Amino acid sequence: MSAPELPSFSTGRFRAEREADWIAFDLLLTKLEKRGAKALTSDELLQLPILYRATLSSLSIARATSLDKALLDHLEALSIRGYFLVYGVRETRWSRIRRFVLYDWPAAVRAVWKETLIISLVIILGALTSWSLVAHNPEWYYNFVDESMSGGRDPRATVEFLRSTLGHGKDGGGEESGLHVFATFLFTHNSRVSIMSFALGFAFGVPTMMLEFYQGIGLGAMLAVFSSKGLGLDFGGWLFIHGTTELFAAALSGAAGLRIGAAVVFPGARSRLEAAADAGKTAGKVMVGVILMLLVAGLLEGFGRQLITDTMLRYAIGTVMLLFWLGYYYIPRRGDVA
Amino acid sequence: MTAATNTRMRNASAKKVREFVTPEGVDLQLRIASSGLRLGALIVDLLVITVTLFVFNLLVDWISHATPRDIAFMIWMLGAFVLRTFWFIGFELGSRAATPGKRLMGIRVVARNGGRLTADAVVARNLIRELELFLPLMMLGVGAAEDMVSGWTVLAGVIWSLTLSLFLLFNRDRMRMGDLIAGTWVVMAQRAKLDSDIATADEAGAMQFSDAELSVYGIFELQELERILRGRDPRAMREVADTIRAKIGRPVAEEDDVFLLSYYRQLKARLERGLLFGKRREDKYASE
Repeated sequence: MSAPELPSFSTGRFRAEREADWIAFDLLLTKLEKRGAKALTSDELLQLPILYRATLSSLSIARATSLDKALLDHLEALSIRGYFLVYGVRETRWSRIRRFVLYDWPAAVRAVWKETLIISLVIILGALTSWSLVAHNPEWYYNFVDESMSGGRDPRATVEFLRSTLGHGKDGGGEESGLHVFATFLFTHNSRVSIMSFALGFAFGVPTMMLEFYQGIGLGAMLAVFSSKGLGLDFGGWLFIHGTTELFAAALSGAAGLRIGAAVVFPGARSRLEAAADAGKTAGKVMVGVILMLLVAGLLEGFGRQLITDTMLRYAIGTVMLLFWLGYYYIPRRGDVA
Repeated sequence: MTAATNTRMRNASAKKVREFVTPEGVDLQLRIASSGLRLGALIVDLLVITVTLFVFNLLVDWISHATPRDIAFMIWMLGAFVLRTFWFIGFELGSRAATPGKRLMGIRVVARNGGRLTADAVVARNLIRELELFLPLMMLGVGAAEDMVSGWTVLAGVIWSLTLSLFLLFNRDRMRMGDLIAGTWVVMAQRAKLDSDIATADEAGAMQFSDAELSVYGIFELQELERILRGRDPRAMREVADTIRAKIGRPVAEEDDVFLLSYYRQLKARLERGLLFGKRREDKYASE
């Protein structure tokens, strides 16, 4: 054999041979990132996995043979980028949303039904506790309800004032702008409490239960004040119109937190980290639903309650909403993947 | 620099690398993003959100001439909440899985098990940020508002909540509480330009080095030399060239760049030949 025919490998030649592929892959990825899969022609789509595999194989060869740092870094970065695009999201945003609303959301809520029951009991227990305490001794009220939250609705208030806060009295329209602010404040406050009771779940679920119990306490105390003045039914309607949605959302957020806490305490056969991550995914789905529910509750509270002042109608709307949520979550459907 | 510090540096950077095998069987060797980069990304994102809200407020001001106080209050209260919640979730659901701040820092979110980054994971990790950011502040606020809470209680609360917020400093994967729950990692994803190949060029005017002259350095030194050559800083090149000349005992006879380039090419060829034969000489302290 003469010298020029010797099979000689050099990293320079390796690069010269493969470089065109890398550049083509880079351009394709940039196009994909900027304009999405729709911008690619069918030829380009067919090229994508071929170029991706070519780049990965180049990376393997380069790692074993080349010492060119710039080349190695480039190939590594290109492969990482390519991997996440090729194996990344395969659905359009629209079909993702559709699947979430139709299947994933209700399935996630169904999956935490035990936790939901427990949290509901905790809220009811909180409400009963404070209700019985305040009903016997109104002084307790000031321990339970924050000044900024009560807005003057305490045992010292007159029946007329309390009635006006329910939107029945003459003063109802006077503080129109103030009500909007108050509603905004309530929405962000409620959302934050919900997020907190979810996020604190990993501490074995204890803070979650405390937060939910506290929510029940506020509720029960208010109920006691209004019913002691003979406004219990009206207050119920005022609360019911958005409360069924909002309290349901609160219970679900607590359930999501409790699910994570339970996974941390009882991981089963998996490692604690894995168990927490698995539970976190279910809980994350529930939480998207919770935020949407809170938005609905905010709309009902902001608009529905200001416009509809008839107590019976308020009860009706609240009941319909409750039935809607229950049906949406718990009626099984075809093609469901839990 | 001694052999020990060299090894220590290599170990430190190896500690940040995580095995991440693709279905094709190639290990992508993802690098965990440092806490400094994470903080930088967060600050950038929060700044952009605040500026957006401010501009929006100005816009409302301009349309309605003077914004009533309660409308402004609603913008900041509701807008901050909605924007904060959906900014992070929306951007991390995109194909680059990174908010503008993260893109700027060259980092992204990935699923820890190598699978797809799902929407629920993104939501979970971002909702928990709410807790990490605001729990310490809330603790302080509660302490300030209520007189019956003593200073020590407040301090204990703040410290407790800070351990949650700073959780990522205490584990080697730099996972926030949210990453832990969602099963995600934040890794380096910066782009590297394909730089020209400086090893192949015309051989005219190149110097020749003997095997003994080339055998004094290893891969670490080679790649440092590459960095200097690509940087094209004449002063650094002079310094490195003089060091090498002194080491191998050559007089100053040629231009620095000609000398360094020739030396780089021949050293690289020699070390790469070694690689093909299964010999990887990490640095000059390693044996041949």
